[in-house]
Amino acid sequence: LAPWVPVVGLEIHAQISSNSKLFSGSQVQFAAPPNSLVSFFDASLPGTLPVLNRRCVEAAVMTGLALNCSINKKSLFDRKHYFYADLPAGYQITQQRVPIAVNGSLSYSLCIDNKMNQMVTKTVRIKQIQLEQDSGKSLHDDTRSQTLVDLNRAGVGLMEVVMEPDMCCGEEAAAAVRELQLILQTLGSSQAVMAEGQLRVDANISVHHPGEPYGVRTEVKNISSMRFLAKAVDYEIQRQIEELENGGTILNETRAFDSKLGCTVPMRDKEGKQDYRFMPEPNLPPLILYDTKSLPANMNHQQVINIDWIHERLPDLPSVKREKLVEQYGILPEHSFTLLNEDGLAEFFENVVKQTQMKPKKVIGWILQDLLSYLKQHSLSVKESPVSSFLLADLLNLLEKKEISSTAAKQVLAELWKGEGKTPLEIVKERKLQQLQDQKELEQICQAVIDGQENEVIMVVLG
Amino acid sequence: QNVSLEVLDHLEHPALVDFRDLEGVEQLQKAIQFADQLHEVNTDGVEPIDSVLEDRWCLYLREDDVTEGNYTKELLENAREKVEEYFVAPPG
Repeated sequence: LAPWVPVVGLEIHAQISSNSKLFSGSQVQFAAPPNSLVSFFDASLPGTLPVLNRRCVEAAVMTGLALNCSINKKSLFDRKHYFYADLPAGYQITQQRVPIAVNGSLSYSLCIDNKMNQMVTKTVRIKQIQLEQDSGKSLHDDTRSQTLVDLNRAGVGLMEVVMEPDMCCGEEAAAAVRELQLILQTLGSSQAVMAEGQLRVDANISVHHPGEPYGVRTEVKNISSMRFLAKAVDYEIQRQIEELENGGTILNETRAFDSKLGCTVPMRDKEGKQDYRFMPEPNLPPLILYDTKSLPANMNHQQVINIDWIHERLPDLPSVKREKLVEQYGILPEHSFTLLNEDGLAEFFENVVKQTQMKPKKVIGWILQDLLSYLKQHSLSVKESPVSSFLLADLLNLLEKKEISSTAAKQVLAELWKGEGKTPLEIVKERKLQQLQDQKELEQICQAVIDGQENEVIMVVLG
Repeated sequence: QNVSLEVLDHLEHPALVDFRDLEGVEQLQKAIQFADQLHEVNTDGVEPIDSVLEDRWCLYLREDDVTEGNYTKELLENAREKVEEYFVAPPG
């Protein structure tokens, strides 16, 4: 049987972290009373016009730079037409002809065979990043045969990040999206929380035999978590392979991921190819960006966006942070991945290191094994940890000074989790966990044990 | 050139227009022919412009301040049907 090569591309929509919307002054906020965060423009009332939000442009430029893209100094806005209840204007303003950023790349890492100590780095090409409007929200009420529409989300700024089909499976797709999520959160351009709809992923999937042209692709939507992303992609790859091996064909269709059934199903409303009738947005001139060289002499600062200025102020990206952690503390690369993967864990680790004499290479074990596993067991975030970095450092100091043994330290930690406000030293004294250092005292105890177990001693001596 | 039935159907569907009868279709044909006159101009090597204002049409950048909202009552006044504070639309 000839092998199949799965091909996976992604279209990721990230909600821009801003106070107000892309083209209007209404607020961006999750979970507010329906239709309370809607301006007349968002509702598409006649006579309203789009006015571009500067912060949204900066967010897109930051993201483009972080993803090694070329920033287009001149980009254009277009209208994409389709009819849906949550799109009051009947079109979405997007950037179809010339988007704000193109031709970038994203590096991400994978564990081979789920072994943390064997990591491989992969790259996915970023085709483009474009600015566009989000739509409102539709709540389908099938019992009463109606759709309820809330326009609070209509007009919120989105960055659509298009990843080329360089990925081959669910694991790669999830890892790439995870790294993008970390980058966006580090930049602050998007909070990228999937659960709140701030990061939405659509996957384009096809399969073919090596050496043959690419197969027909399907688009999979409605993926609401990172875990489901991997599942949905892998399911669709399998479905396509089975279909083709049974002599069937793949339809160029849009499918939805059903998380309960763990499969993809054809989406209604998406029959036939859509004709979006793209046209230039007549109410918006081209978006012009500058760099230090092309900066116009006498223009109002507020009206000028300088790419170089933004570049200079980019924070350290996750990949750089990881390298620094490895270099500074001598920890393993896979440790740095785990540290950055949990919100606040890297800071916690560094705080403990600052407050203890124990070597970072030893501290990391306590962080990744003891602290992290406890937090995971109780579904707590690092911020919610009952054991602060101060307390843990205190405990590790006792261990480092050999005042307690490693086993005793674990017992103290178990006690500290209760969050009763006791210090490590207090617990040690309470439970009499101090390590005996006195040689004579230790000899006496050992002798007493041996004296009390004569039979066992004889058996040991006889071998 | 005639407008085929397939193209006609395709035009009507996404644009939600109805050419109704034969006369309507003839009107459409005439409109297309009229617009086709644009092709008489040779535009080889000429960059299309977005506006006759060219470079003088500057995109205004707004500060990221919340300046609008809380128009729920006014917006819902125009709605034929509403449920609590949601607009009501047909299913699908």
